[in-house]
Amino acid sequence: MKDVYIVGAGATKFGELWDSSLRELASQAGLKAITDAGIYAEDVDALFGANTSGGQFVDQEHVAALIADYSGISELNIPSIRIEAGSASGGAALLQAYLAVKSGHYGTVVVGGVEKMTDVPSEVANEIIGGSMDAEWETFFGATEASLAAMIAKRHEYEGRAKRENYAVFPVISHKHGSMNETSHFRNSIKLEDVLKASLVSEPLTVLDTAPVSDGASALVISSDEKVIRKADHPVKIKGIAAANDFLSLHDRKSIDSFKAVKKSSKEALELAGISIGKIDGFEIHDSYSIAALIEMEEIIGPQAIKMSEGDEFYYNSSMPVNVSGGLKAHGYPLGAVGVYQAVDAVLQLRGKAGQRQIKDARNIMLHNMGGLGTTSVTTILGVE
Amino acid sequence: MSEVPRFWRESRHRYRLVGTRCENCNTLYFPPREICPVCRRESVGKMREEELSGEGEVYSFTVVHDGLGQFKMQVPYIMAMIRMKEGPLITGQIVDCSPEEVKIGSKVAATLRKVRVEGKDGIIQYGYKFVLKE
Amino acid sequence: MSSIVSYGSYVPRYRIKVEEIAREWGEHPENIKNGIMIYSKSVPGPDEDVLTISAEAAKNAFRRANIDRKTIGAIYVGSESHPYAVKPTSSILVEALGLPYEIHSADYEFACKAGTAAMQNVMAMVDSGQIERGIAIGADTSQGAPGDALEYSASAGGTAFIIGEEGFADINATLSFTTDTPDFWRREGERYPSHGGRFTGEPAYFKHVITAAKKMMEKMSTKPEDYDYAVFHQPNGKFPTRAAKMLGFREEQYKDGLLTPYIGNTYSSSMIIGLSAILDKAKSGDRILAVAFGSGAGSDAFDITVNNRINSIKRENAPGVMDQVNKAIWIDYATYVKFKGKIVMKGE
Repeated sequence: MKDVYIVGAGATKFGELWDSSLRELASQAGLKAITDAGIYAEDVDALFGANTSGGQFVDQEHVAALIADYSGISELNIPSIRIEAGSASGGAALLQAYLAVKSGHYGTVVVGGVEKMTDVPSEVANEIIGGSMDAEWETFFGATEASLAAMIAKRHEYEGRAKRENYAVFPVISHKHGSMNETSHFRNSIKLEDVLKASLVSEPLTVLDTAPVSDGASALVISSDEKVIRKADHPVKIKGIAAANDFLSLHDRKSIDSFKAVKKSSKEALELAGISIGKIDGFEIHDSYSIAALIEMEEIIGPQAIKMSEGDEFYYNSSMPVNVSGGLKAHGYPLGAVGVYQAVDAVLQLRGKAGQRQIKDARNIMLHNMGGLGTTSVTTILGVE
Repeated sequence: MSEVPRFWRESRHRYRLVGTRCENCNTLYFPPREICPVCRRESVGKMREEELSGEGEVYSFTVVHDGLGQFKMQVPYIMAMIRMKEGPLITGQIVDCSPEEVKIGSKVAATLRKVRVEGKDGIIQYGYKFVLKE
Repeated sequence: MSSIVSYGSYVPRYRIKVEEIAREWGEHPENIKNGIMIYSKSVPGPDEDVLTISAEAAKNAFRRANIDRKTIGAIYVGSESHPYAVKPTSSILVEALGLPYEIHSADYEFACKAGTAAMQNVMAMVDSGQIERGIAIGADTSQGAPGDALEYSASAGGTAFIIGEEGFADINATLSFTTDTPDFWRREGERYPSHGGRFTGEPAYFKHVITAAKKMMEKMSTKPEDYDYAVFHQPNGKFPTRAAKMLGFREEQYKDGLLTPYIGNTYSSSMIIGLSAILDKAKSGDRILAVAFGSGAGSDAFDITVNNRINSIKRENAPGVMDQVNKAIWIDYATYVKFKGKIVMKGE
C-alpha cells in the first residue's frame, strides 16, 4: 500500500454568499483544488462529496452527483458519492477518500465539502442543524443543539473542571486568527468581555460562544499516484486518519462533559501516523461551541488544556497554535465544508504560505472534525517530511 | 405535514415514561431500546418494558433564549437533563418555576403536559415535562 | 351501593388577581370583589389543557389508594373545554394512565355538570355489576371573553373520583333535575360563550340547585342540620352562599367547600373540587349534601356519608385542594393573555 498525499487544495470564501448557489460554490472550490494540483478531470478517478443537509436547506439530495455534473466531469462518468456524518461529513469524506486511495482501488480522488445555509431564514437553519440530535427524545422536547452545549458547559463548571473564562476564550482565539485570513466569514477581533456580555442563546452561552451560519465550499485532491504527486507544489502527506463514534444523545452517555470519541480518534490517528502529540505543531478543532473546543482540547492533549487556556499558548505565534485558520467561529461554519477546509488551511500552513498567521516551522498539523457534540469524531494528521 | 404514526408509536413511552429493562444485565433504559448497548446480542428478545416512577434530580440545565418553531412562544424556557431515580438520564423541560429556583441536584417529578401541536388542525403531542419537588 | 374509593384534584399553579384584570378594563376591583366574591382565579399554563389536568387529578387519586389499574372498567370525562371537538379526552387518558384497553369510555358534556353526569354513569355501572370500578372526572380550562364579567371567574382545574363498592364515602343517593333553560350557551365554532345576564340567576341557577337539593332532602327524609357539609356549584362566591342560606345551611357547613373566591369557577370541576376539599378534612360519619348545576339547565344532587375506611386511604400521598390553592404563582394580565393564546401570532 502506498502513501497518500494531498496534491491540491482550494476553497471559496466563507460567509453569507447571496450570489452563489450550492452548485456554484462546490464547482468553484473543486476547480481551485484541481488547478492547484496541476491536473485535469481525466486524472480524477472518483469524487467524494461531503454535504450535511442539502435536502433541508435547498431541497437537494444526491448532492455529489450534482457537484460532479456542475463541475463539468459528468461527461467522463466519474463516480461521485455523498458522505454524511452530521458536521463531521467533511472529515468523514476525507476518511473514505483516503481508504479508497490507500487500498489501491482509486489512484486520484477529489474530496469536496459544501453547505449552502443562508437560503433559509436563520431560525430555520438552526432547526435543520438540530437534525443532528435525537429527533424523538431531544429535539421533540424543545432541546436545541446550543441548549445541549450549554448543559455540557454548566455540568463541566459544576464538576469543578473549568470556569466560564476557560472556554469563552476560544472564540477570542479564533477571531484573532480569522482577522488575519482573507477568506473568513468574520474579520473582526473580539475580547473575552465581548463573549461574556453578548446576547444569550442558551445560558450561559451567548451568540459569541456559538459558530455562525455560513455558506462555503472547500476541496482537496488526494493521490497515491507518483506522477501526480511529483507534479504537486509541496505535496502534504496524510500521515494518519481515524474516526470514532459515541452515543447520539448526550443523555445516553456516562458523562456529558467528556468526548470519549475524540480521545479515541485522536489517539488512534497519532498511532497510525507513528508520532507523539508533542510533534504536532498546530491544531484545527471543531469550535462549533466554545465549550466544545475546550473539551476537544482536553481530550486531545489532556487536562492541562484548561490551564493553557488562561495564557497565550493557543495563539499562532505561541507553543500550541489552535485554529489559526479562524476556526468555525470566525472563518465560518458551512456544516459539510468545514472538515475539508481544515485540511485546505493546514496545507497552506505546511507549504509555508500562510502569511501573517504562519505557524513557524510547521511540519505536522492535527485536524479534528466533529459531528454533533462529541458524537462523530474524525482526526486527521497531515505532515511534511 | 402529519406525523401521526410517528407520534402514536411513542405515546406510552412519552406519557408514562415506559422504558425497557435488559433482563440480561438488569439495566433500565430510557428512552427505550430494542438492543442493550452493553449486552448486544445477548439482549435480543430480553428487553422488557418497565415504567419509571417519574422521580429524579437535575443533572444539568440551561435557560433557552433561542427557541425554535413553536417553542419560540415559551422563551425563555428551562431545558434540563434529569437523572431519574432508576438510573437513566432524560432530556426535558422544567416548568412552573423561575430559573433561579433550579439548581443542579434539585429534586423533580415528571408530569404530563402538551409538548407540541401540529398546527391549528393537527394532533396534540403530549409528553413529559418536569416540576420541582420540595 | 356505589362508594368513592379514592379521589384527587389538580389546580394549575398560575394565579391572577381581580385587581390585574379590573385595571385593564378600567373597573373598580373592590366593586367586583364585593359583587361576585372572587379575589383571584387559576390560569392554566400554556402547556396545560383538560387532558393534562385530568391526568394529574386522576394520578392524585391513584396515589391515595392502592388500586390495581386492571380493575378499572370505565373512564368518563366531563368538560366544556375538551382539547379536541372530536377525539375523546377519555381515550387519551386510557394510555396516559396505563388503564386496561378493555374499558368503557366516553366524554361527557352538560356545561358545568358534565363531571357529575360522568359520576352518575360510573355509579350506575358499578351498581349494575357491569364494572368493578370506574373513574369519573370533571375538568375545564374555561374561557371568558376579554372585558366580560366572566373573565373574572372562568378558570381551570379538575377532580377525579374512583368509584366502586366499599369505598370510604358511600353515595347514598343521587338524583337529577333537568329543564330547557337557555341561561348560558356557546354556538358551534364560537370562541367565547354567551349568557343571559340576570336570567342566569333565579330561573336558572337557583331554580335548579334549590329544587334538586330540596328533592334530595325529601327523598332521604333529612333536614339541613343532618348534614356536616353542603357544597354547591359555585360560578362565583355569592350564588352558592345565597343558595346555602336559602336552604337553611350555616356558614360552618358550606365554607370548606367554597373554593371559587380563590381559584375562580373551574366549571365541570366547580362543585366537585369543593367536594374534594371537604373530603380532604372529612371524618368517618360525616354526611355531605353535594349539588352541581350545569347551564342549559340541570342539577345533579348527591347524598354522601363518609365511613371509617377514610382512615385507611392515604390522603397525604397527594396534595390537597387547599395545598394547591396556596401554591400560587402570581401573573400579570400580559402573561395571562399570552398563556391563554389570546395574542394573534404571525400566520394565524
